[in-house]
This record gives sequence, C-alpha cells and structure tokens, in this order.
Amino acid sequence: MEDFRVLVVDDEDDFRETLVKRLQRRNLDVTGAESGEKALQLIDKFLYDVIILDVKMPGIDGIETLREIKNRKPLTEVIMLTGHASVESGIEGMKLGAFDYIMKPADIDKLVEKMHEAYDKKAAHDEKIRQATIRDLAGHPARIFEKIKEEKK
Amino acid sequence: MEEKDYKKLWKKIVFTILLFSLVPLFALGFTVYYQFSVSYRAKILDNLNTLVENRTSATDLFFDERISQLITLAHTHSLDQLNNEAYLNKIFNTMQTRSKSYIDIGIIDQEGNHLAYVGPYRELKGVNYRNEDWFNSVMSGGIYISDVFLGFRKYPHFIIAVMSREGGKSWILRATINSDIIDNIVRAAQIGKKGDAFLINQRNFLQTTPRFSGELFGHPTTPDFSRTNSTQVEELVIENERILFAVKPLRNTKWILVVKEDPKEQLTPLLRARYIAISLFLAGIIIIVIGTFLTTRSMMNQLVRIDREKAAGEDYVIQSSKMAALGKMAAGIAHEINNPLAVIGEKAGWIKDLLVEEDIAKSENFKEFEDAVKKIEAHVDRAKKVTHRLLGFARRMEPVHEQVDINKTINETIDFLENESRYRNIDIQLDPQEDLPKIQSDSSQLQQIFLNIINNAIDAIGKGGDIKIKTAFLSKNNEILVEISDNGPGIPKEQLNKIFDPFFTTKEVGKGTGLGLSIVYSIVEKLEGRIMVASEKGKGTTFTIYLPVR
Repeated sequence: MEDFRVLVVDDEDDFRETLVKRLQRRNLDVTGAESGEKALQLIDKFLYDVIILDVKMPGIDGIETLREIKNRKPLTEVIMLTGHASVESGIEGMKLGAFDYIMKPADIDKLVEKMHEAYDKKAAHDEKIRQATIRDLAGHPARIFEKIKEEKK
Repeated sequence: MEEKDYKKLWKKIVFTILLFSLVPLFALGFTVYYQFSVSYRAKILDNLNTLVENRTSATDLFFDERISQLITLAHTHSLDQLNNEAYLNKIFNTMQTRSKSYIDIGIIDQEGNHLAYVGPYRELKGVNYRNEDWFNSVMSGGIYISDVFLGFRKYPHFIIAVMSREGGKSWILRATINSDIIDNIVRAAQIGKKGDAFLINQRNFLQTTPRFSGELFGHPTTPDFSRTNSTQVEELVIENERILFAVKPLRNTKWILVVKEDPKEQLTPLLRARYIAISLFLAGIIIIVIGTFLTTRSMMNQLVRIDREKAAGEDYVIQSSKMAALGKMAAGIAHEINNPLAVIGEKAGWIKDLLVEEDIAKSENFKEFEDAVKKIEAHVDRAKKVTHRLLGFARRMEPVHEQVDINKTINETIDFLENESRYRNIDIQLDPQEDLPKIQSDSSQLQQIFLNIINNAIDAIGKGGDIKIKTAFLSKNNEILVEISDNGPGIPKEQLNKIFDPFFTTKEVGKGTGLGLSIVYSIVEKLEGRIMVASEKGKGTTFTIYLPVR
C-alpha cells in the first residue's frame, strides 16, 4: 500500500478522530481538521494528496471549502462526504472538481479504495508535470535556478 | 358542507323561490279577478237599473198615451154628444181600431150616474158610483187609474177615468183597458231563465202576472217593496240565496215595478272566469312547485359535486404539501440520524481494527468482542439502508421530468413496503419484462400510484396472501402495461364503479381517507394513461395500468 498524505475535514469530532486513527492504521499519513477554515490554513502550509471533505459544516461549508482548495491547490484530489438530504451537493461538488463522493455512514474499505483511485490520478498527473518540466529544462538549463527560487516560496 | 347544511340551504332556496313566485302570482290573480268581479257586478247592477228604468218609462208612456187619448176625447166632445150612445159607439169603434186594449167606455155625471155606456157589460148602465172611492178620486184629482181587477169575463183589466168640465158641470169619461199590454211591457223585463218582473200596488198586491213570484191579485213571494218611492237596486239574501232586485215606482199610478234577477245566472260568465282563474292559478302553482323542486335539486346536486371536487382538490393539495413537508422532515431526521450512525460505524470499525492485535486476540472474551462488533456493524448497515431509503423518498417530492425505469420504481416501492408485507406474511412478486423502455415521466408520482395500489392490496388481504405484479411493453399502442393482482377478498360488483370516487372507502373511520385510488386515477389521467380494475368476490382483484411511452 502506498503511503500518501491525507487530510480529513469534518466537524463531527468523534467521527473524524476515529476515521483518522483507522486510516493511520492502514499506513496512511493522515491529519484531521475540524472546520473548513482550519483545513484552508493547513493546505497553505502543508501538501496533501487527498482530502476527505464533509459537505455540511458550520462556518464555511464543504462546497465553499472545495472551491477554495481548488483555487489554491488545484492538484489536490477531494472526496466529498455527504450525509444529508441531497445527493445533489455531491454532484455539485464533482462539477466543481471533486474526484468523487461517498455517503455517510461510509464503508471504510470502499473509502480507502476511492482514495487510492484519487491518489493514482494525482500521481499520474504529477508524473506528467515532471516529465514536461524535465523536457523544458533540458532545452533551457538556466531555468533550473528559477525553479529552485519558485520552490523555496 | 354537512348533510344538514345542504338540507337547510335547499329548504331556504325552495322557500324563497316559492315565496317570490307564488306570492306575486297570487296577488296578481287575486287583484285582477277582484277588479274584474267588482266591475262585472257593478255592470250587472247597472244593467238592472237600466232595465227597470226602461220598463217603467215604457209603462208610463203607455199610460201617458191612454190618458192623453181620453182627455183629448173628453175635451173635444160635449157631454150631449157623448151621451148619445150611437155617437159614443162610433167613437169607441174608432178607438178600438187603433188600440185593441179598450174594453168599454162610459160617461158618468157629477152625481155618479152612469149616463152612457159602450161595451160588453151593459148591466153597469144603471149603476150609481157616488160612493165609490174611485169616483171621489177622479172628481177631486181629475184623473184616476184603478188597480187591475178581474172583470166579468175573467180578463184582468183596469180603469182610466178622466174628468171634464163643461159650463159649470163636471162629467167623467171612464174607459176599461185590458192590462195585456202592461203585462207585455213588464214581461220584457223577465230576462234569462230565472228573471222575473211584475207590478205591485201600494198594498203589495200583484197587478201583473209574474213568471214565478206569485199569482195575479195575490202577494208576490218577494219582500214587500210597496213603500218604495224612488229607484232602488239592491241585492238581498232570501233563504240563503242572493237575489237582485230593481224597484221603481211608476209616475202615473201608484204602482211599483219590481224586477227580480238571479245573480247566479247573471254571474255565470264571472263564475266561469273565476274557475278559469283558479285552475290556471293551480296549474301555475303545480308548475312552479315542480319546477322549483327540480331546479333546486339539480342546483344542489351541482353544488354538492362542485364542493366535493373542490374538497378533493384541496385535499389533494393538502396531501401533496403534507407529503412534501413530511419529505423535508424525513430528510432532516435521516440526516440527524446519519451522523451518529457514521460515528457508531467508525467506532465499531475501529474496535474491529484493534481486535487484530495479538494480545487482545488472546483474551478469553475475544470471540464475544468480535461477534459484538460484527453485529454492531451489521445493524449500522441496516439502519443506513433505512435512512438512505428515506432520503431517497424525500428527494423525490419535487415533481420532475425524467427518464423513469418502471421496473426499478416498482422494486423501490416493494422495498418500501417490505417490512409491512413481511410482518403480515404477504408475498409480493414482480415479474418484470426485461428491457422495458424508459418513459418520460415523474418517478415519484409513478411510485405514488404503485404504492397506493399495493398498499390497498395489502390492506385487503390482511394476513397471508400473494400480490403479483407484471410489467410488459405493448408495441401495438406503444404503451407499458403494469398489472397488479392480489388474491384478497375482491371488490363486490356494486362498488366497482365507485372505487375511484373521492372519499369512497370501505375502511372504518380514521383508517382510510378514501382518497388513495382517486389520487391514482387523477395521476394516471394526468400522465395520459388508463387504469382498469377487474375483481371477483372471493378470488381477488387486478388493477391494470397502461402508460404511454414517450
């Protein structure tokens, strides 16, 4: 099982903490955030591959958070967790760029399966970027200094 | 509206219509008839008045003429001339040629001696009249007319005597006149079948022969009018009968003309008019009453129908909005339940994860832990299915146009009723046609149809039975057929055409609104489909729905 970085965003503490623990037991690097705002703070500082995002939260709701995530870190894959009245928010989320949605209460194995699919997609995407960068640098070696400066930011 | 409210309204309408049509009818009929009656009666009296005036005039004219004639005779001849009987005879003959009513003529001197006589009663010649009332009357009054009397020949006649002066001496010319002519004049006033007319003298003795009212010279059978001194027209009641009298005294004698009429005879046309009026009035009443009842009844039926439709419509709207509210509430509840469910599921899963650790596996209660956790997860899953189904149902409250898979919708409905049917030991089977074309429709409404019908089937069966559902595509009409049959008690024939009526239910109060099938019917109609029902008592019921494919 590959180890990738996961952020679980849900306001229900018991649920979130248990899910984090269980995913960590499956050898994933998992962090929890109790609100949309907290999540946005974290993604600014750290890199995550997959984010599990609850749709219904106080403060900024899931959809808003999703929008912001896609604004700031568009390559991060998001899986919506919806437990409330309409599947529409899941679909809406997917239109905004979420990878998939799953309904609460969720079967952990199914969730992990989806997360893997999400990660695979991201990994493939990252690889393409890397390849393109290398081709670019091969043609223009001086650019590597710009790249280092960029990454330092 | 309550039954008794309808009755009250019905009564009020009927009463008002009857009042406003019958009262004017009656008032009109009565007024017109009354006016007519009054005028008619007045006319009758008027006619009677004219008659009596007319006849008295005629009689008086006759007397005037005779008196004139005699006075002329007396004043144009001398006593000596007339004393000569041969001469008197000549004159008498002349008079008789013109008027057959003269019976005799005589001359009487102022002492009362009968001087000359021409006529049939020769024996009168020597008679002296000095002590007679009539002699004294004519000597003082100049003219005398006697009452009618029966003479020797048994004819009724009367005497006219006139006095003449000649050189200091008075003498009397007396003539006897046949009263036939008077009778004829009076008879002309005996009109109709029951009318009568006669002359009476001042002591109420008849001077002419009446038709019915008595004998000549006797008293008439009528009231005594002998004191009448001017024209009278009146209606009297004699022995419970109304009789009209017109009475007028003559000018020349002291006689009085009495004309008697039976008002009933005169009033026959009026009575006929009254009968016509009454029968028309009754006919009018009957027509109005029948018309009122029929019209009001049809009006009330219409009102009842409209009220029912409105109530059904309102009920439908209320039902719909109730369902929608229910849906929202259900969704809210489902969500509230989902969250704790999710936590329980995760916690249980966490325990399951931890049970893999070796030292826990060694504990003696390990099997119990494992079993318990598995059960917790299983029941969380079961609860999840319920909330998800509830959410799915709630979601479909807004009408939507979508491609609907009928088989899927039916299956979902069956799932919904699964608990109920299992508890009641009723087996629901779907025999679907594969590849049933999807139809453009509202899946929640379709689900409502199937739900209502299957629910009814479950209620009808009670406990222990089968419900079979079949779907098929009929290419001929481009329709989908859904057949739902149960082996319940069936619907009796007389109720079969009422089951789609709103508010028709055979369930006891509170258990059924009677709206389920009427909602089904209106939904099917809205979807431009058809629904049929076949049932046999004791065997079961089958509902067949045809839905057009679009």
